[in-house]
Amino acid sequence: MLRPFALYRPTTLPELGDLLAEHGSDAALYAGGTELLLLLKEGLLHVRCLIDVKRVQGLGEIASDDGAITIGATVRHRAVERSPLLSERCPLLAGAAAHVANVRVRHVGTVGGNLAFADPHSDLATICLDFDGAVSLWSPGGERQVALADFVVGPYETARRDDEILTSVRLRPWPPGTVGAYLKFGVYERPTLGVALAVTMSPAGQVSEARLAIGCVGPRPRRFHDVEQRMIGGTAGDLADAARSLADEVAESVDTVADLHGSADYKREMTRVFVRRAVATVAARAAGRDLHERYAHTVVV
Amino acid sequence: MSDTRTPSSCRLAFTVNGRAVTLEVAAHALLLDVLRERLGLKGAKRSCDMQVCGACTVLIDGAPVSSCTYLAAEADGARVLTVEGLGDGVALDPLQEAFIEHGAVQCGFCTSGMLMSAHALLAEDPAPTRERVARYLRGNLCRCTGYGKVIDAIVACGRRQGAQA
Repeated sequence: MLRPFALYRPTTLPELGDLLAEHGSDAALYAGGTELLLLLKEGLLHVRCLIDVKRVQGLGEIASDDGAITIGATVRHRAVERSPLLSERCPLLAGAAAHVANVRVRHVGTVGGNLAFADPHSDLATICLDFDGAVSLWSPGGERQVALADFVVGPYETARRDDEILTSVRLRPWPPGTVGAYLKFGVYERPTLGVALAVTMSPAGQVSEARLAIGCVGPRPRRFHDVEQRMIGGTAGDLADAARSLADEVAESVDTVADLHGSADYKREMTRVFVRRAVATVAARAAGRDLHERYAHTVVV
Repeated sequence: MSDTRTPSSCRLAFTVNGRAVTLEVAAHALLLDVLRERLGLKGAKRSCDMQVCGACTVLIDGAPVSSCTYLAAEADGARVLTVEGLGDGVALDPLQEAFIEHGAVQCGFCTSGMLMSAHALLAEDPAPTRERVARYLRGNLCRCTGYGKVIDAIVACGRRQGAQA
């Protein structure tokens, strides 16, 4: 059962700012509620009021400008899944959105809510890291951009201040010639592990840029820049050959934590397995083929 | 206009199964409780209470949601469809007929949610493949049927409606 609360529904950012200033830590920002309402029902969080951000103008758009893509905070997962713009410019994100939770959650849950809640067992932040994601945070004092890598501080913890609202996330689509894959594994509603890998192939057929992000297994999703560097310069065949050693290198350095999804050691080993699979998948795609291997309890996007 | 004067309660004006309803509800009231306790519509069930099982599925403007974790206040101005609105009270909906025909019901607890999800799917994709149905129903759990007959029923209903169109 939910304890009583007041529901405020501002329609502009200044109005929302006033409400945040007035209610402070007694208030929670509320969009889809797919995570927040669960916390309230379980009694893990107590607030006197919810401030609904869905009626605030300007937070519900998916837009393209200057070569970047901006997704507004109140855009639903289902809209990401079905957006022609995202399917064209950030296909990995649109493809993975179709596998977030279930269709009911996707109709209600929002991009901004997902990122701001910072549940480590989530797909979105991991994938956005491969698009060099940065969030916009608005407060009455002004707006600031924070790289997603710095925004997510730990489990359920972000760099957002109490007087701020996350208004959008900005993504940098990959250059032409980039292929990617997202592999997620899990037997529960939330993923146990997510690996997002993309490589850009030069016209000569060599990897010129690589992006590897891993989520769910540690306190926060992160990129592996050292391992990315090792992929550069090789052909698709070289990449395929290096799958095992790249996976070992990630497994050495990944920071895993034990929780209901498994022990830290288990997650380290699963990271090894799934990085290897992700590299094999992407190497095949870079060579113009697709691997049709099926892995138990795994979604391959 | 933002509604900030009486934030602990909300006035809802919406349609439920085609009928216009106006209701005063608490801000923290869940749609499932309003449907079951205030409107007497017991088709949507409370089961997992955390958006996983699908037994509480209803459609808001055609989109399936978990009414157990959905504020009633969100339904203001919306068209809500519950399983009670599928048939006309005398004749069953073709989906319901298909469920009976294919033996897709055992204990029946998940059935109203299954029907609502399937209804939304068929509106989106009138003749879905088995794979599409299985993926769409991923969030509707059944502990009796093993899903095979549920999928059979939905695929057959889609095929039949496709043939009539």
